[in-house]
Amino acid sequence: MADIHLSDAEKTFTIHGVQDNLREDGRSCEDFRHMEIATNVISNTSGSAKVRLANTEILVGVKAELGDPDPDKPDRGRLDSANATPEFEGRGGEELATEISSMLARAYQCPSCLDMRQLSVVQGKQCWVIYVDVLLLECGVSQDEGHVELELSDDPFDVQRIDVTSAPCIVTLSKIGHSHIVDASKKEEACCLARLMIGVTDNGTVTAMKKEGSGSLDTSSVDDMLETGKRVGQGLNKSLMEVLISDDKTGRKKYLTGFLR
Amino acid sequence: MAVDIRISTARNYAKPDHSESIANLVTPGDVITSDQGFMRGHGTFMEEGKHHASVAGIVQRVNKLICVTPIKTRYNGEVGDIIVGRILEVGMKRWKVDTHSKLDSLLMLSSVNLPGGELRRRSEEDEKLMRHYLKEGDLISAEVQSVFSDGSLSLHTRSLKYGKLGQGCLYQVSPSLIKRRKTHFHNLPCGATVILGNNGYVWLSPTEGEVSEQTGGYEQHMEVGGRHYAALNTYELACNICLSFNKKIIPVSRADREVIARLGNCVLALAEHKMM
Repeated sequence: MADIHLSDAEKTFTIHGVQDNLREDGRSCEDFRHMEIATNVISNTSGSAKVRLANTEILVGVKAELGDPDPDKPDRGRLDSANATPEFEGRGGEELATEISSMLARAYQCPSCLDMRQLSVVQGKQCWVIYVDVLLLECGVSQDEGHVELELSDDPFDVQRIDVTSAPCIVTLSKIGHSHIVDASKKEEACCLARLMIGVTDNGTVTAMKKEGSGSLDTSSVDDMLETGKRVGQGLNKSLMEVLISDDKTGRKKYLTGFLR
Repeated sequence: MAVDIRISTARNYAKPDHSESIANLVTPGDVITSDQGFMRGHGTFMEEGKHHASVAGIVQRVNKLICVTPIKTRYNGEVGDIIVGRILEVGMKRWKVDTHSKLDSLLMLSSVNLPGGELRRRSEEDEKLMRHYLKEGDLISAEVQSVFSDGSLSLHTRSLKYGKLGQGCLYQVSPSLIKRRKTHFHNLPCGATVILGNNGYVWLSPTEGEVSEQTGGYEQHMEVGGRHYAALNTYELACNICLSFNKKIIPVSRADREVIARLGNCVLALAEHKMM
């Protein structure tokens, strides 16, 4: 999140590159950088995942506990998101944390993505509350790309797996010049004026949208960005599910390395 | 559109084979020698009559002096090094340049080539126009002229090959990976120019057509591409015609851009594997 200064010539170079669909490292405007996921890294949570995208590393832990349901929705469970970020230099650690948690809350509000009714134990009295804790281990990109929860219950007595096939992924689109890109690197972010964060499920439904940045977005560009976001989000969802399913199949034979590696 | 996701346990951490062949690689606390006849240099300390290393690096021995040069370090400048730096501050007859060293380096106004000949005395007007030559965020290539007593570097751009850098890409690697050679400016046959700064900043740019002779490297070959770019209000390059210079922007061709992207990825891959 530290501000990186670029010279005017570098900015022109980046902007022309985006317009040519050939970015600084050879990606096209809609390519993601390489991502790595490790699941089940924290042993005392119900489910956990560590996601690494270029230099950004995020650790997510999901715990399910019994609690009181929301009074307006007595037959559903709840999703609670807390965040912890290490104090890194430059302002914005706090803002980033609140951004992520509010975005997550919004993205999951849509009823079609996570069926909260499965989480109800006793209607009106008790329900499962899912606590999501996000820890930023290393920050190379300012936005949270492709963040997805993983539910793998380890409880030996009551194993209930929650269906996450329609969980949304959050895609960030940055506007540079007249086009937009996905997954901006630090240099590209320094050139962009406005960003749009969209939560997209695997069938293309947009569950949440948030705009940031000091620049303004035209309505036609917002439409374009939504289209791209949907397309990219669907692809991301699909690849993610494939990877998670194949990871699932290896199951207990997996060697747990812990998350420091 | 390509999305590439992988399980991290599937990654093979290949052990580098050549790590055993570097005999003088030490880590902090390792004993270098028990011979008392050696003098302690940087990176070593003496304990119980033995020389220990205090940093992780390579042992170097010059006659009776033993020192350890660390692998991960900030740039330590020497006179005559070529560096690539970014301007941080402007003022007081000098520019402050960031070169990834312990202290910011200085580029004095008297050490640059001004347009209109070299032997002019620097006047008040020149001081006020400093910002028009180099402003915050600009990249320059320069040579180290001298080292101040506190360790900060004094730079100069008194040659036609140094000066402000135009369109291209900057990559940052560890300074210890860049060896000292006769020349750090390379024009590759694939159409790119590489500047390997000793401070770890590597600059890649498309090869320029010709270099202007009179203005000492400060005129940038760019061409105004119409008023199309007036919409980018912060990046007013098309509108920003400088007082004494012609600034024109030529968009870089796609083939050149591909070359630079490939080279850049190679640089990062080499740096990642600690070769270079």
